[in-house]
Amino acid sequence: MTSADNLRAFKREGRIVIVGASLAGLRAAETLRDEGFTGSLTMIGDETCEPYDRPPLSKQVLTGWVPADGTALPRRREIDAEWLLGVPAAGLDLAANHVRLADGREIPFDRVLISTGVRARPWFVESEAALDGVFVLRTREHAEGLQRALAAGPSRVLVIGAGFTGSEIASICRERGIEVTVAELAPAPLVGALGAMIGEVASDMQRSHGVDLRCGVKVTRLEGDAQGHFRRAHFDDGTTVDADVAVVALGGIRNTEWLRGSGLAAGVWGIACDTGCRALTLDGLITDDVFVAGDVARCPNPVYEYRLISLEHWANAVEQAEVAAHNMVSPQADRWPHLTLPVFWSIQFGVNIKSVGVPTFADEVVLAQGSVADHRFVAAYGYRGRVTAAVSFDNAKWLDHYRGLIETAAPFPPPGPTPDQPLDMKPVPVDFPGPQLLAQGATVVVTGHDPGERRVTAAQQHHR
Amino acid sequence: MTTTETDTLRRILDYSSRADPYPLYAELRETPVARQRDGSYVVSTYREIAGLLHDPHISSDVRNLARPMPSHAGESTPAFINLDPPEHDRLRRMAMRHFGPPHTPGLVTGMEDDLTAVVTTLIDGLEDKERIDVVDDFAYPFPVAVICHLLGVPREDEPRFHLWVDALINSIDYNPETDPKEKLENGLRARKDLREYLGGLLQRRHGKPGEDLLSRMANDDGPDGRMTDEQIVATANLLLIAGHETTVNLITNGMLTLLRHPDVLRRLREDPDLVVPLVEELLRYEPPVHIIPWRAAYSDITVAGTLIPKGAQVMLMLASGSRDPVRFHEPQRFDPDRRDNQHLGFGSGIHLCFGGPLARRETQIALTELVRRLDRPQLVTDPPPYRRSPILRGPIHLEVTQGG
Repeated sequence: MTSADNLRAFKREGRIVIVGASLAGLRAAETLRDEGFTGSLTMIGDETCEPYDRPPLSKQVLTGWVPADGTALPRRREIDAEWLLGVPAAGLDLAANHVRLADGREIPFDRVLISTGVRARPWFVESEAALDGVFVLRTREHAEGLQRALAAGPSRVLVIGAGFTGSEIASICRERGIEVTVAELAPAPLVGALGAMIGEVASDMQRSHGVDLRCGVKVTRLEGDAQGHFRRAHFDDGTTVDADVAVVALGGIRNTEWLRGSGLAAGVWGIACDTGCRALTLDGLITDDVFVAGDVARCPNPVYEYRLISLEHWANAVEQAEVAAHNMVSPQADRWPHLTLPVFWSIQFGVNIKSVGVPTFADEVVLAQGSVADHRFVAAYGYRGRVTAAVSFDNAKWLDHYRGLIETAAPFPPPGPTPDQPLDMKPVPVDFPGPQLLAQGATVVVTGHDPGERRVTAAQQHHR
Repeated sequence: MTTTETDTLRRILDYSSRADPYPLYAELRETPVARQRDGSYVVSTYREIAGLLHDPHISSDVRNLARPMPSHAGESTPAFINLDPPEHDRLRRMAMRHFGPPHTPGLVTGMEDDLTAVVTTLIDGLEDKERIDVVDDFAYPFPVAVICHLLGVPREDEPRFHLWVDALINSIDYNPETDPKEKLENGLRARKDLREYLGGLLQRRHGKPGEDLLSRMANDDGPDGRMTDEQIVATANLLLIAGHETTVNLITNGMLTLLRHPDVLRRLREDPDLVVPLVEELLRYEPPVHIIPWRAAYSDITVAGTLIPKGAQVMLMLASGSRDPVRFHEPQRFDPDRRDNQHLGFGSGIHLCFGGPLARRETQIALTELVRRLDRPQLVTDPPPYRRSPILRGPIHLEVTQGG
């Protein structure tokens, strides 16, 4: 598929299969057609509905403002694809070049794009997870069920996990006048993503809005009544909370299990790829016909020492899908690198939170503008003396400036007085949770001695 | 620095260049950041302007200028456009509560019928006229009626404050080297008169909650508290002026551009939905606000390799940035199908035009209806005569014949 003639033929009548029919998959399909791909296009998705938007699920849908089925993603153009929905992919055979579906069908391809995303991490005890009133939030069905449960007027909601999704759910509960308890293992909400300083602000926001916030605790057991309805949660400090609804918001699991045995570098952290979105094999070799995009992709970022980073961000899914699709139908010399800085936003407790860059790639943080007490500020993150990220609370319009600082490796802390500068502008350690919370152990084992026999095998530790 | 660079700005400000400043902007862009003889800096390229609009080291408070402006001297309560955070943020938030999302999400969409009704009435009056002045007969009365209605200013007072607004806008362009001192003094007096007038209206609103912005601002307590009377007057003053000159020029520039591009005019008549991207392109190609003249460097800042020292005046040439070939493909071409049209027509950053959504909708309705209902309109004079201001730029009259 390297010569120009071959590529032209492929663009005209090749077969592309996209596994994962959500935001990244849809945008990739649209881009492929925009780029002149006229061959066959197959979309494989495990959900039965067509692609929809997820950010509103934890916001407008839960308030009841937008119905769950009102979040379909806008189609920007006709994509003329064959849709295989409601059946998950079960395997990828790179020798025969086909995707195997759970129902046994084999779908052949010339090139494949993997955008299978993540799913919600379920509660770890199956029988407790099955209790009536216990929810996760990832799909449209989840949002619909949870919105109904909230509309029924529960006496109290327990949110397990105070990351972005958990905090947004807690915020919606308070907005609807529902009592809510938030349980978080870390010392504060959002601390895993944004560090201790922002964690303190987030704690303050939750408490001042009447959230019963409990940090540094682990939920050990969900207890149901005789009818199988969730009633009470037990914590590891011996306390309990009575509630009618529990939302498990413990992050996601990347959908890579189906790639086991495919030879791709796929594991709990996603599927490793190059900046051109071409998947890596377990040995670290670049494939040429397998591309990756969206939440499931683990892509090196030159700004962050070429570390492989996977992002569950809306904008990343769109941009990476466009780059991947472009590269799938372009000759080597015209390929694009996926180099954009990550951007992320959230709305909770009436505050618009936005970040640019990778805040976890930092050793220090400084309040650059505004006031923490007012929950209106910009915090800049630095790593070894350069700016690597910024987070704003109700101050998003400044972030383009910080994007520029990150892209040009500007010195940290950022220089010069600004009109709205805090008096005490001193960098403090960023203080993320220790490695035991972040590291999940080895994902591979290396064997062999001579260069010709050195190989990598996956250490199978896929979580359920 | 060369004298040519300083000279280019002087020629742009000169009235003889008003009809077509764009070749001079191209000259300016050869030096993205140009120091002027008076120590001010002119920034004319897209990336540099956009960067400065998002740069927290740039101040909008003229009191931070090394040499404060005479026209703003003694202003105790500036409108939020002339303030920095955190005061700016608080006042803009308090005003925005009544003007847009999230607290008043339906304001602009809720006005659609009223906007269409005003436009229809105005055009009804033009139908049989062979010769019309798009400015006097349409583009001026329409947005002024809208802003008066929104603010709660009696329409019949319009002739009075029209004079004040004119004098005030003239004084914004005040050039101490060439303009008579009288022009500045007129502006200062008009500013005072307008404030007193608005203050009088406000007094009658206290304790009487109503739908207009003056009443809402006078009687509403949000999370940020309540504005003082001085702050309400300063805000109303800003909105009244902004409602006067900007949308008028946008509509007029729009009609002029359509008359100069009959193919696009024809397309719009056949496909009214074209008006949405068309107005965006208009905001890039013939924007009503050409220059943000009075920003100050709050710290030393380096832009495109040039150091702008603390306190220096910075002039952002928005209309030049929107025609920068480094950012826009074929920028001198009017192309309503243009993609990725991130123009500077409404500025950007924290001062992004407050009335942008309203101005957009007003112009969309105005142009669609003009094109639909005027009978084969023809431009009488090209270029038309222009207003004095190089900052808020637009024709003072736009004579059009129809039915010919």
